[in-house]
Amino acid sequence: MIELAFWILTLLMIGSAVAVVLLRDIFRAALLLILCFFAVAGIYITLNADFLAAVQVLIYAGAIGILLIFAIMLTRNLKEGSPFNKLNVPALLISLLVLATIVGVVVSTEWTTVTEASNAVTMPIDESTTTYVAKALFDSESGFVLPFEIASVLLLAALIGAIVLVRDRR
Amino acid sequence: MHVGIEHYLILSAVLFSIGLYGALAKRNAVVILMCIELMLNAVNIALVAFSRYLVPDVVQLTGQVFAIFIMTVAAAEAAVGLAIIIAIYRSRKNVDVEQADLMKG
Repeated sequence: MIELAFWILTLLMIGSAVAVVLLRDIFRAALLLILCFFAVAGIYITLNADFLAAVQVLIYAGAIGILLIFAIMLTRNLKEGSPFNKLNVPALLISLLVLATIVGVVVSTEWTTVTEASNAVTMPIDESTTTYVAKALFDSESGFVLPFEIASVLLLAALIGAIVLVRDRR
Repeated sequence: MHVGIEHYLILSAVLFSIGLYGALAKRNAVVILMCIELMLNAVNIALVAFSRYLVPDVVQLTGQVFAIFIMTVAAAEAAVGLAIIIAIYRSRKNVDVEQADLMKG
């Protein structure tokens, strides 16, 4: 069952990602990118990460998708579309090289699993992740409280930066 | 066919390469930003797969926490990146990265 879901989601994801790169119509590319984000959320569910799947749908498919579509509508040039630049062939070669390197390393590595976990938070497979993610984030010994606060400052800085950048100066 | 960590890592590598190709070969700045989002998603898939398969029979959650931080940074990056693109569009009336060469030496 998980296997079938994995292969269907993989086909959907790779197909829509290729279409994002190859389509000339930017608006359709953005819609297919949102489809790709939904497929990634499904992949998270096959990996027992239900909280992350919900966050993926909310942030990527919802917020970033809407933001991208707004930006396309504010800037799009209908007759030009989304052409390739003159580095098309070298870029294809470089990305194929990167793909071959990663796949070679993944295939030739023997992935051992550790029998005893460190002090990081673990959870049984058949439960919902939300409580355990909260524990992993805010645990007083192995938690990520300071990075969490820094991330909130980063979001505030990005918010103010975006407002300053698009403000009309006249 | 059993699906293991290699399948997820190779899927992540394929998605990353598609995003890399698009980010290098496209001329429209919005499409380049979309391809960067694809690459960030590929990295997230790899992290969540490690988090699931590192310890047998349990999920170790550090990878998922890292994925949450990457999503935060990606949201900030998308907001600032699109604001920069809109500012460029205001001053030059297009978003072609080959024509945005004001700082070229």
